[in-house]
Amino acid sequence: MVIKIMKNFFSRIFSNLFKNNREIKLGFYGPPNAGKTSLANHICKDFTGEEMGSVSKIPHETRNVQFKEKVEIEYKGKTLMFKMVDTPGIATKIDYEEFLKYKVKKKEAKKRAKEATQGVVESIKWLEDMDLVVVVLDATENPYNQVNITIIGNLQARKIPVLIIANKIDLKKADIKKIESAFPEYDTIGISAKTGKNLEEFYESVFKLSKKIR
Amino acid sequence: MVKKINSKKKLGKLKGFSIQFMPYYEIRELGSNDRIRKVLEIVLGNNILILQGKLQPEEETRLIGDTMAMIGHVKSFKGIELAVIDNSKKETFIERVKKSVLDTLAGGDLGAVTIIGPASIIKEIKRNPKKIELMLKG
Repeated sequence: MVIKIMKNFFSRIFSNLFKNNREIKLGFYGPPNAGKTSLANHICKDFTGEEMGSVSKIPHETRNVQFKEKVEIEYKGKTLMFKMVDTPGIATKIDYEEFLKYKVKKKEAKKRAKEATQGVVESIKWLEDMDLVVVVLDATENPYNQVNITIIGNLQARKIPVLIIANKIDLKKADIKKIESAFPEYDTIGISAKTGKNLEEFYESVFKLSKKIR
Repeated sequence: MVKKINSKKKLGKLKGFSIQFMPYYEIRELGSNDRIRKVLEIVLGNNILILQGKLQPEEETRLIGDTMAMIGHVKSFKGIELAVIDNSKKETFIERVKKSVLDTLAGGDLGAVTIIGPASIIKEIKRNPKKIELMLKG
């Protein structure tokens, strides 16, 4: 009995030591144009001095999964090492004609649409590899969107800790409460990836949630 | 609530479109691959499917992934519109246990309804906690 207790005690200590040293795969998921890359850029710039990817008003600007390894985030004297994974926005439909509205030429629009569909497939494939996921939503949009519900349902089924971000709170139309009432079982943090508003609360939540990683 | 946003004149564009209802027992015994294949057969045939119950979360993402891979390969296919209507109110622990037992006995969540249709027909499925609107293309 005593041997068993000692064994459990040491195995818990060693597994915690290992957990603290390893890189946490932090995924940024959500619908297109919610601000996933803007948020990932802000974090990377704060802690590595470099950005992750380009941002644009045109949807599906990120069409490949992008990585940034060994991002050491420091918050209130504690540090955690992350592998940041910025994913293309998940959508259920992609029509090249949508890009024409942004004055993209037809040939380029078709190419962009093709790459965007591949990006969605890639995002979905990566879902199961994440340790922790930040679901970035546009706080000015209706959160009752099936893509949001499907992403969060999948993470819940895989027991991956989730943090919901209500982005774009610098805009007048932003409604954090609507997002909170759509997903009452999760912590929702309102931020502005553009201005950096409320990022401290975001880091606090990420650190808190990292304790739930299996 | 189905809202038609087109005039009578433009209804010709919706030729061949129908709404099909599928009771859950038709997919209960099927594996994920066959469930998705069955759903896709209906949707690719230019139909809106109203399914009793809902797919598993992993099946929903598989469906999205599979349809994305079809865009550009299947003529005039632009993806799907998808909505699941279920009881999303916050449940107590007892309610959750009860629901889980009932769902297990029924083989799925029969209290839910799933709407799936091709994006070439459905413009948008607007939803909020009180209502759901199916906006068709004109």
